[in-house]
Amino acid sequence: MKWILYISDFMIPLIVTGVIIYGLLRKVNIFDVFIEGAKESVNIILTIMPTLIGLMVAVGIIRVSGSLNILEVFLRPITKLISFPVELIPLIILRSISSSASLGLVLDLFKQYGPDSFIGRLVSIIMGCTETIFYTMSVYFMSVGIKKTRYTLVGALIANIAGVIASFYITLYIFGK
Amino acid sequence: MLNYIWAFMILLGIIVAAFTGKMGEVTNTAIISSTEGVEVCIRLLGVLGFWMGIMKIAEKSGLINLLTIKIRPILRYLFPDIPDGHDAQKYIAANMIANVLGLGWGATPPGLLAMKALQELNLKKDEASNTMCMFLIVNISSVQLISVNIIAYRAQYGSANPSEVIGPSILATSISTVVAIIFGKLMERRKKI
Repeated sequence: MKWILYISDFMIPLIVTGVIIYGLLRKVNIFDVFIEGAKESVNIILTIMPTLIGLMVAVGIIRVSGSLNILEVFLRPITKLISFPVELIPLIILRSISSSASLGLVLDLFKQYGPDSFIGRLVSIIMGCTETIFYTMSVYFMSVGIKKTRYTLVGALIANIAGVIASFYITLYIFGK
Repeated sequence: MLNYIWAFMILLGIIVAAFTGKMGEVTNTAIISSTEGVEVCIRLLGVLGFWMGIMKIAEKSGLINLLTIKIRPILRYLFPDIPDGHDAQKYIAANMIANVLGLGWGATPPGLLAMKALQELNLKKDEASNTMCMFLIVNISSVQLISVNIIAYRAQYGSANPSEVIGPSILATSISTVVAIIFGKLMERRKKI
């Protein structure tokens, strides 16, 4: 399974090289264009910063209060069956609801367990293969005035659950406990 | 929706803290966490700026148009109801490419344009078409190759090898996307009968 780790190292440098060479060949003013694109990121950050502040405070409060421990006590028997880390249950629930709120939890887990622990790696992979369902659905459907969403929600939930299960076994298999 | 979730989290946290005797920590955490929110954004600004700059080069050089043509067979399979060359195809392609490259926020603008184009093809205006359902399910199954943000955060929190999760993520996300497509196709078929 080592080759998967090699792909990880090469991916970003290869994409960057490819894009720059293609841009040069097409005689694009690559640095000017780069700056133009990079400028847009400032607006995005300014939009998400207030949300992130608000949600990180909420996540922080709920974490120090010990509420998550109570939730974990209830869910422990179920997760113990498949030896899935209980600490991740709140994250999985939040992940479908809000991307920034789940991000707050992820950073919290990184701080607590370290990004290179089993939990740290599993969390990173889960974040890579799941998506915020409610945000995406409401923004996309609301933008065109659709009220009946039919089987979209069920499909999205199934896809996310499949992603979480796959992440768990892949992390276990590639990195070990 | 987020109104209630946010209120619920803060109120529940404070009420539980009152019982567990953690009130002092709640105050401290509120201050520390809000500062942390700003710090995270500033770090993220660097990565996002770099990545969006690179994306812009790909767009201006025509690389994205080229990729749209390349992934047309996939689009035809996933969304057979969209006629070839329709605008919806182009926007879905741009949205998917942005998703594949892990540009979560960069994917939303073309995604919304795609929905608009799909609505033109939709017969019942208040009900999602098969194409829309498939588009959203696949979108939510997350087709991204690289989660740039996660790698940045891993680095920020002192990972020895922040990018080691890219390969495993690709594997996991492929599985969830395949499950999503199978589900979508099954539902489409059921509807036809």
